[in-house]
Amino acid sequence: MAGKLKVRVDQDKCQGHARCKSLAPELFDLDEFGNAHEVGDGSVPEGLEDKAYLAQSNCPEIAIEVTEE
Amino acid sequence: MSDSASIMPEHPPVTDWVNDFDHTDPTWTENPFPIWEELRAASPVVHTERFLGCYMPTTYQAVKEIAYDTEHFSSRRVIVRDIRPEITARAPPITSDPPEHKPAKQLLLPPFTPDAMKKLEPRVRAICNELIDEFIADGKCDAAARYTKHVPVRAIAHMLGIPEKDGDLFIKWIHGILELGIKDDNALMEAVREMTGYFAAHLEQRKQNPTDDLISTLMKARDKDGNPLADEHVLGSLRLLLIAGIDTTWSAIGSSLWHLAKTPADRERLVKEPELMPLAVEELLRAYSPVTMAREVMKETTVSGCPVKSGNMVLLSFPAANRDPAMFPDADKVVIDRKENRHAAFGLGIHRCVGSNLARMEMTVAIEEWLKRIPDFRLDPAGKVTWSEGTVRGPRQLPMLFGKTN
Ligand code: HEM
Repeated sequence: MAGKLKVRVDQDKCQGHARCKSLAPELFDLDEFGNAHEVGDGSVPEGLEDKAYLAQSNCPEIAIEVTEE
Repeated sequence: MSDSASIMPEHPPVTDWVNDFDHTDPTWTENPFPIWEELRAASPVVHTERFLGCYMPTTYQAVKEIAYDTEHFSSRRVIVRDIRPEITARAPPITSDPPEHKPAKQLLLPPFTPDAMKKLEPRVRAICNELIDEFIADGKCDAAARYTKHVPVRAIAHMLGIPEKDGDLFIKWIHGILELGIKDDNALMEAVREMTGYFAAHLEQRKQNPTDDLISTLMKARDKDGNPLADEHVLGSLRLLLIAGIDTTWSAIGSSLWHLAKTPADRERLVKEPELMPLAVEELLRAYSPVTMAREVMKETTVSGCPVKSGNMVLLSFPAANRDPAMFPDADKVVIDRKENRHAAFGLGIHRCVGSNLARMEMTVAIEEWLKRIPDFRLDPAGKVTWSEGTVRGPRQLPMLFGKTN
């Protein structure tokens, strides 16, 4: 059984393409300028692991990290 | 943003693409994809003596390196043309480099978030249906002239808080600026003057009676020192939004319908599985990216190992990057449900398109409403599809027949 996942948006890399928010709104949110950050502490609830990786693999700026705890 | 200024009929035809490329050549306009493949096979960066010297990165990696490197590559000129006149008209943030770029951009971002676009969506759906009502009974239409052009025009008019019917004026001005303006400087100046006068009157009205539309939002914006923007800045931003937002989205919607008209399998799949739309829109943006930008080389450097010298321009082809097989498996195929898609249709790095959320919403809604009303359609063999030249690529004539072939 794999460990729990965490997502994190690198604020220096994010340019607000908003692909993550569109693909995984449970895990990502946007600020008033449309730049992304992870929801809460970035912990990925069970069942949303695929969405975390999908968001990561669609970020044009490679700004999303997915780590296993 | 289309660069009609670089369409010079006297350009000699290209015989050696690798050493003498020309993005205004009719062969490129008609079908650029095989050309990009040839260039990419030759080198990650190619050069032409045309346009007073211009490079083109041909791979996703090389495009990305240049887009990220604002030290060596300036946005002060964002169009590759035959001439390089003194820089007079600046259009922040698109022509800005750091550090001016960020504050100019941040003023424009809040009205274009996905949440703001959700509020606009019902109106855009209604616009699409009003347009379709006008031609559906004919059983055919030129989709570029009757449909794809009007969606972005009316949507931006609605956002700005001006009558949607005035959208026809925008079309006229943009035509004057981007097309007639090539050869006729008077037409260009006249269009800019009319456009500026039109918006200046709207600013005055709002000084008396504030509204809650995009024009008022820009008027209420404050710079980092808390000062309101000068009227000139507000007018400049309005001009940029129109010029950047209309023929780009017109092209994206048009290319999408063109693809669906000639690809029944994808069309049928989208009708049966509408939940695929978000992935499909990204894939259509990748495969038929409309916007090619430019940079000016400020200092000598290397890109993907290739030397690049100052004094040259760069044709920054996000569309070619998006066809790079090293980045996208089956890059030349439209894979309508492509899962992994880091396409660069809206740019990479700090100049990411301000209107990307708006453009995506307009594309999604325009395709969805069309498919609901006209699920079967094909290119009219009696007509001819024509493509715009220069830096924004999309169908400008798109004759369609509705219904099943029998
Ligand atoms: C499918 C439609 C569109 C495409 C493909 C597109 C593409 C692009 C691209 C590639 C850039 C990056 C320019 C660069 O790197 O130099 C850009 C910038 C920009 N776009 Fe769009 N665009 C579209 C629609 C829109 C719309 C609807 C608007 C607004 C109404 C808009 C406003 C802008 C602005 C203001 C910038 C400058 C951003 C900056 O320099 O930071 N675009 N667009």
